[in-house]
Amino acid sequence: MALTTVRTPEAVLRAETPQRGPGRAPRRRTPLTWVRGGGLSTLVLALPLLVVFGLFSWFPIVRAVVMSFQSTNLVTPAEWVGLENFQYVLADPLLPQAATNTLYFALLALVFGYPVPLVAAVLMSEVKRMRGLYAALAYLPVVVPPVVAVLLWKTFYDASDTGVFNTIAGWFGLGPFPWLQDQAWAMPSLVLEATWAAAGGTVIIYLAALTGVPPELYDAAEVDGAGVWRKVWHVTLPQLRGVLFVTFILQIIGTAQVFTEPYLFTGGGPANSTTTILLMIYHYAFGGRGDYGAATALSLMLAVVLAVLSAVYFKLTSRWSS
Amino acid sequence: MTAVTTPAPRPPAARRGRTPVPADPDRGIVSVADRRRRGVRWPLRASHVLLLVSLVVVGLGPILWLAKAAVTPTQDTLRTPLALFPHGVDWANLSEAWTRFEIDHYFGNTMWLALGSWAVQLVVAVSGGYVLSVLRPAYGKVLTALVLSTLFVPAVVLLVPLYLTVLDVPFAHVSLINSFWAVWLPAGASAFNVLLVKRFFDNLPREIFEAARVDGAGPFRVGWSIVVPMSKPILGVVSVFAFISAWKDFLWPLLVLRDVDKQPLSVRLPALESYVELDVFLAALAISTAIPIVIFLIFQRTFLQGAGLGGAVKG
Repeated sequence: MALTTVRTPEAVLRAETPQRGPGRAPRRRTPLTWVRGGGLSTLVLALPLLVVFGLFSWFPIVRAVVMSFQSTNLVTPAEWVGLENFQYVLADPLLPQAATNTLYFALLALVFGYPVPLVAAVLMSEVKRMRGLYAALAYLPVVVPPVVAVLLWKTFYDASDTGVFNTIAGWFGLGPFPWLQDQAWAMPSLVLEATWAAAGGTVIIYLAALTGVPPELYDAAEVDGAGVWRKVWHVTLPQLRGVLFVTFILQIIGTAQVFTEPYLFTGGGPANSTTTILLMIYHYAFGGRGDYGAATALSLMLAVVLAVLSAVYFKLTSRWSS
Repeated sequence: MTAVTTPAPRPPAARRGRTPVPADPDRGIVSVADRRRRGVRWPLRASHVLLLVSLVVVGLGPILWLAKAAVTPTQDTLRTPLALFPHGVDWANLSEAWTRFEIDHYFGNTMWLALGSWAVQLVVAVSGGYVLSVLRPAYGKVLTALVLSTLFVPAVVLLVPLYLTVLDVPFAHVSLINSFWAVWLPAGASAFNVLLVKRFFDNLPREIFEAARVDGAGPFRVGWSIVVPMSKPILGVVSVFAFISAWKDFLWPLLVLRDVDKQPLSVRLPALESYVELDVFLAALAISTAIPIVIFLIFQRTFLQGAGLGGAVKG
């Protein structure tokens, strides 16, 4: 199927051009034949993509690299400063803390958020009636705007003993907990909300992947006498491993760039315990300092770390995934 | 434990279609035969009920609480947050948020931002996907690779340079700050959309385009009258996600829409938090959640299909 779709258009093009100008040698290309052959209208149709991607994707990406080696303050022309931005960022005493916090966030997000959608999706895939209802309920938090979700959960996290979560904890004789007010509690609280907001999307991805598991495999496992657990362990999970590997790294890439939660919940506090890399970037560039060079340098470093991480990860997992 | 011991119901589980039994064409982990067995059925059903209850509590619970708190007086929400209207319902919260704190205005801004982003994304994705998939100019492969490569650049890299680009757009030398275009245009640069649409176009039967071309239809005509009508499913997916993601956007509008008058709900809500009374504030939160949820409920199927698709494309 893929072969034919690749072959036809070129074949058609070649067949078509000589027909258009019967007197001409098929090889000669002039602007006129280009226009007649649809080249101009193709270019016009490609314009939205070229302009939008050119200005707002390709150009800024290149500019990011350039800017990280420059000192830009928007008043005087940009100046080449070599590795100064990188040195400045690496010497920032906040960086180790922010890196640790980001790592901690990503790690907690994996602990909280990685197994839950999988378990939910596997259970859900066994529901035959009204599975749509289950899926819709799981996905509902994903459509809640993140700002609303954070502000709502901020209310839930009210540290007084009549806060929503503390009231619930009180039913079980626990609490009251400090939630966002405490250095040790703040980050897990952030991650809990982020997990709530994102898990539904992963559930749906797993559900879609689960429908692709060939039923014959379960039949075969049953013939071999496998029970439910062994079917899950020996058929379901191995069949999902491709998707599982991808969601794992995508989640890390996503959580490494977390911004809304720390920015709105705590603003990085208390005592910088929730300051993430992205919050640092934001403060460099937009926190009054206007240090765009340092901000892009840090963004690039984060991107390189993520790229290396994913490259190593894919190298490692390619052996096991299909 | 083995299904072999129950010979009679075995056939329906074996293969699809043949038997009149309306068993699942896609059997799951538990076989149809096992489903009927008491030892399996009850734990299975119990797990489903448990799952449903926890989904309702976790997924729906916070949203229902918000809906309740939106029409509850502040004192009740503060003192007994989980009690159901101990001192009556306060409908005035909603109207106060809507009019006095100008949620209507910011709501309109959000709506405009979402609609414009949707339109730009659709135009770029459809025309781009059409060029890359159907027209395939000589530079098509390079273009596809360039679009694809942006998928691998994490969003954080773009943040600052994109901001500076919007501040002073190259060639045009205009500033888009405080203009909705600053949100609309960058939204169009979504490689994910373009590739999703392109992949869909790739699978459309080429003979139809050829037939139309032979009949004298130009590239615009073929695109508009044949490709677009055939692509409704994928355009639906791109549309709902474009709209919802624009509605959810926070950091970008925060940076480029400095003028309070232009800001969407997502940017205004955190600012409101500091000076608006809690019940009215929660009412404002509820109002800003209503539209995305309604859209989700209407286009549920498209959403869930698309979310699964997202995994397939990424995978």
